[in-house]
Order: sequence, then C-alpha cells, then structure tokens
Amino acid sequence: MLERIYRAQTAMSSACQTLGRQVNIMEVCGTHTVSIFRCGLRSTLPEKIKLLSGPGCPVCVTDQSYIDAVLALAERDDCLIATYGDMIRVPGKGGSLETKKTNNNVKIVLSSEDALQLAKDNPGKEIVFVAVGFETTAPATAIAVKEAAAQGIDNFSILSGHKVVVPAMRILLSEKNNKIDGFLCPGHVSVIIGYGAFAEIVEDFNRPCVVAGFEPMQIIEGLAEICRQLNAGKPELKSIYTAVVTEKGNPAAQKIIDECFDVADGYWRGLGKIEKSALKLKDKYSRFDAFKRFNIVETQGGERDGCRCGEVLCGLIEPQQCQLFAKSCTPRAPVGPCMVSSEGPCAAWFKYGRKKQA
Amino acid sequence: MKKGDKILLAHGGGGQLSDELIRHHILPGFKNDVLAELSDSAKLNLASSSICFTTDSYVVKPLFFNGGDIGKLAVCGTINDLAVAGSVPAALSLSLIIEEGFEFELLEKILTSIGETARQNDVDIVTGDTKTVEAGAADKIFINTAGIGTRLTGIDLGPNRIEAGDKIIISGTIGDHGMTIISQREGIKFQSKLKSDCASIAKLSRQLLGKGQSVKFMRDPTRGGLAATLNEICRASAFSIEIDETEIPINPTVQAAADMLGFDVLNIANEGKLVAVVSAESADDCLNICRGNGLGKEASIIGEVVQTCDVPVVEMITKIGGRRIVQMPYGRELPRIC
Ligand code: SF4
Repeated sequence: MLERIYRAQTAMSSACQTLGRQVNIMEVCGTHTVSIFRCGLRSTLPEKIKLLSGPGCPVCVTDQSYIDAVLALAERDDCLIATYGDMIRVPGKGGSLETKKTNNNVKIVLSSEDALQLAKDNPGKEIVFVAVGFETTAPATAIAVKEAAAQGIDNFSILSGHKVVVPAMRILLSEKNNKIDGFLCPGHVSVIIGYGAFAEIVEDFNRPCVVAGFEPMQIIEGLAEICRQLNAGKPELKSIYTAVVTEKGNPAAQKIIDECFDVADGYWRGLGKIEKSALKLKDKYSRFDAFKRFNIVETQGGERDGCRCGEVLCGLIEPQQCQLFAKSCTPRAPVGPCMVSSEGPCAAWFKYGRKKQA
Repeated sequence: MKKGDKILLAHGGGGQLSDELIRHHILPGFKNDVLAELSDSAKLNLASSSICFTTDSYVVKPLFFNGGDIGKLAVCGTINDLAVAGSVPAALSLSLIIEEGFEFELLEKILTSIGETARQNDVDIVTGDTKTVEAGAADKIFINTAGIGTRLTGIDLGPNRIEAGDKIIISGTIGDHGMTIISQREGIKFQSKLKSDCASIAKLSRQLLGKGQSVKFMRDPTRGGLAATLNEICRASAFSIEIDETEIPINPTVQAAADMLGFDVLNIANEGKLVAVVSAESADDCLNICRGNGLGKEASIIGEVVQTCDVPVVEMITKIGGRRIVQMPYGRELPRIC
C-alpha cells in the first residue's frame, strides 16, 4: 500500500511542477469529503494540491425555501413528516425539525419504504416524505410512489427535493473565475447514472473527470489520475471504481426515475436556479406530490444570518473563512446545513480539521 | 401470572398489587438476606470503609438485542463504572419505572437476566423501588441502578497520574454495542451478524489492577465511544494523545454497518470494554493480562500519551499515514442520506 501511495504522491507532485501553480481538485460528493477528512488525506498531499468540497451533500444543497416548507408542514396537525436523519437539525424559519418535533409529527426513517409503511400505520395522518438526495436516493423514492399508487395509499406524498448532479458541475465551470482543474466524481451516483454521464464535462469544459470509490486508496489514486491527465495536458473521463461502476450505470434504476420524474429547473443553495437540475414528480403522480397537495410554491430562499454555505459549496471559500465557523456556528448550534449534515463540508472541517477543542 | 398479563398502574400504587409484584416477581430472583428484610434502607457490612459509589439510568430500544437486554445492561453498566474506578463491586440498587400495559412476560425475562448477571458477578441487589406510569409517559421500561464498590488498597487511579509516554490499551473491538442497537432498531440487514459486547469487565479490570501502580487510569468507553473517552482523558490530564488507526480493533461487520450509515466507529458506544492508560514499561504485560482474559482476546495497544503543543488533542495517524484530529462527538449520530 505504501508503495501505491508513494507513486500517487509522485504523480501529484509532478503535475504541480509542470503547471507551476496550485492545482485545485473538487471532490463533488459529500461522502468523499468525509472520507478525505477521516483518513487525514490532506496532510499527506503535496502542498500545492488543494481539495475543494463541492455541491454533493444532499442536505447542504437543498434550498432554504424547501427547508422552510418542510418546517411549515411539520406544524400542521394533520401531517407527519418522514425524513432522513441528516435533515432533522437543519435550521430554518422558527427552528428545525428537531426543535419542532413532538410525539407524532416527525419521524426519522432510513428509507422511503419506511415512510410508506408509516402511511399504512397512520391512516389518520398525511405522511410527507422529505425526498432529498441525488440519483442515488431518487430510485427508492420512485419505488415508494409507484407502490403507493399501486396499493391506493392516499395519505402519502413526497416533497421532491431530488437533484441531478451534472448540471451543477456545469454551472460551477461556467463561472468565469472558477479555479477548478478537475473533478473527483462521486462513486455511488455513478453506480446509477454510469460514468458516461460525466463525458459532457470533459468534452465541453476540458476538465478531467475521474470516478473513484470511497476507500482512501481509491481517493488517492483518483487524485493521482487527475494529476497525470493534467500533467499530460489531456483531460479524460475515467473510472477507477471499476468493481461497481460501469459506463452506462444501472438501467433499471434510470428507468424507474424516468417513469416517475420529469427533469425540471431546480433551486440550489448557493448556486441559485439551475436549469434541468431537479426531479419533479410526473403529472400522473401529482396526487403524491406534496408541493401540489399542500399548495407549496417553490421560490429561491436566501442564506440565513451571515451563513456562507453557498460559497462553501461552490468551493469559493473554505469553511474557516466563514466568520461564524466554530464561533456562533458549531454542530451543536448550526447556522447553516453544511454544519449539520455529517457530509457537510463545515461539519467535516469542524470535526476533523480543527485543532481547538469544542 | 397468565400469558399476556400486563402491568397495571395499580402495580405501582403501594397496595396489594404492588406487594404481589414485589414478593412474587421481583424478590425471588435476587435472594439475599439484606433484601429479604424489605426495610426502607439496606444495611450493609462492607469489607472496607473506603468505597466507590455510582449511579446510571438505562433506556434502550430495543429492550432485547443480540448479546443482551436492558437488564443485563443495567447490571453490567454500573458494575463496570465501579470496576474502572478501582473498586470491587459489592451491592446494587435497582429501580424500575414501568409503563402501564407492559407485558409481565417481558418483565420476568428482564428480571431473570438481572438476577443472573448479578449472581455471575457476585454482587447483591440490596434495595430497590418500582413505579408505574401511565401509558405514553415512559417507553416500556426504564431502569436505574446505583452501586457501591469497595476500593482496592494500594491502587491510585486518576488523570493526574498520566504522563507523556504512557501507553493506551483498549480491551477489544470497538463499536459493537452501539452498532448492534442501531442496526436492530433500524432493521438493517447486518443485524444478524452484529452482537453487543454487553458484559461485566470487573474481573478484567481487577486482573489489570494486579499490576498495581503501573495502571494509571481506566475508563469504560460507553456513550460517545472511544473518541469521547480519549477526549475526556486529554481534557482531564492536559496531555495529548496519539493513536494509530491500524492498531484499533474493529469487527468488519461493525465497520460495514457504520460505513453504510455514515457513522464514525470511534464515536459508537461499547458496553463491555475498558480503556487503560498504563506506564510504558508495563504495557506489554498489561496487554498480555487482557489477552489472557476471555473478554480481552483482541486487546491492543492503540497509542500513547504525548506532550501537548498548543491545546490538548487526540490525534490519529490513519491507515494511509495521514493525521487527523479525533473530536469529542456531538450528541447522537444521525444516519446520513445515501
Ligand atoms: S460555518 Fe456555519 S454559517 Fe458558516 S458557512 Fe458553514 S454552516 Fe454556514
């Protein structure tokens, strides 16, 4: 292993030398961010390699208006919110799901299937599933909706905050001043969409895209591969997560996404409205669409009280550059979602990157 | 008692039903002279007047899990707190808060488990209390145990004795209890292979303390896991700690379950492990003592105490040779989305 690490480090160093400047690589996915911190990877990299955390933490990129809509639903007597654990502490208008939680208005679930079961168990309540995540979680949501339709479960709906990842990467690169030299692309999203989905980034923007798994060695070798390509001046699309990722991905999962969702414009925290970046339920499933069922209008929400999550998610600043970081914003009292989610860059910096004790 | 019988509010009312519950269901499992008196306080004759005294409340969901149940946990947890403080557990109190409607059959199972665990560890349940609360006011059953242990002579454990160069030993794999509970509660497919480490470490700690002054400090890394314990040691001693990831024993299934949920195993609870800070010279001997005890087969020296540069921190050298800070965990871990 040490030899592989050494080889990777050499590849990174020579890229820095050739380019004669700092090399900025963005890890798109929150799971990569956490893994990078947990294994202390930054401390082993050549000084000139800089890792930027990207918009790949599903909780973090969810727009504030969506959070506020969920909080408003939690206050209705007839609603029971079924949510993934990460969402529960995200602050919004008047608190968070955690502070609004009473005996029977918020339940943490691990899957959309559990949410559907809640609907069956609580016929007197409207179960609203907080459906966030990328192409990884969208198929499961789709299955739950189809099941609900097939079984005629009427008290179940989803608030789709599902997003697709490639349009966000395009927006980042379209920004004139972006510093991104290459992308470490997310492994589990690629399992679904196939690494081929990132080809347009390489073709249109001339940036290396390398899909890697979440093991430290995979990440190191992914970074090294990006550096080799930069060194050679030949950006390419490559997957080194060959054990599980194919070029075309998982057709069955893609099919079920297509059956249930339309690709629509969506609001992202920090990135604003992005064309064709969100998954909205198709009209034929509109009775399971919580936006329609509860007349929720989507808008663009702003940041809360000086939080700079948006800039963090675009790789423009590092969490410590936010004035609130580790001061008024900590995992105990988070101001923005990036400090809440276990995959949020601010939380990762706080947990693994700082010297000072909380 | 018939199958399907349930606890009624009146079982905690102090009248006939209470009496019946105590005499027929609770007492028989814990036979000892002190308890049999049923006086308002237990009168104890202890081997020494220097004692350790501790209390803990137990709320766990599910009540029965692979490797144990709330009863075993309530006995072992308090025994372990006494043991790592350098005492020999002698007597426990037992308080039950039971939700109305709780099945008698389950209560019996829990009481049997409490009795067995106490007997195996040579501690008596010497006093107790039972309350019932309305349905919804508690989640099935809550247990509190307090315990008294007599302090071993010639033993002086405390963070003030810790010095740079001391070694840190963990008595076995970490995260087993917490991941078993979480997986079982969430119905995750790994559950059948996971098993809580719930056990009494009293014997193990006593064997270690046979090394006398070489053992400087001990803790049982329960809530907050190894990360919390190591941070507490740092804070209390003002020294820093450096641990080596490759030396930390983790059961692969625990690791897989934690990865799936996005948890850091270092933060996950243990219920049958101890962390010992021992002098460098005695470290190998201490390790062998652990490994010779059935509960310590996978014990490992995971790191050492080092001088603090600026603030005391726990730092881990990772498998790939990187360095990262191990923070005090925040509250409970939340399962992540994908
Ligand atoms: S540190 Fe807190 S306030 Fe600042 S960007 Fe991160 S989450 Fe927002």
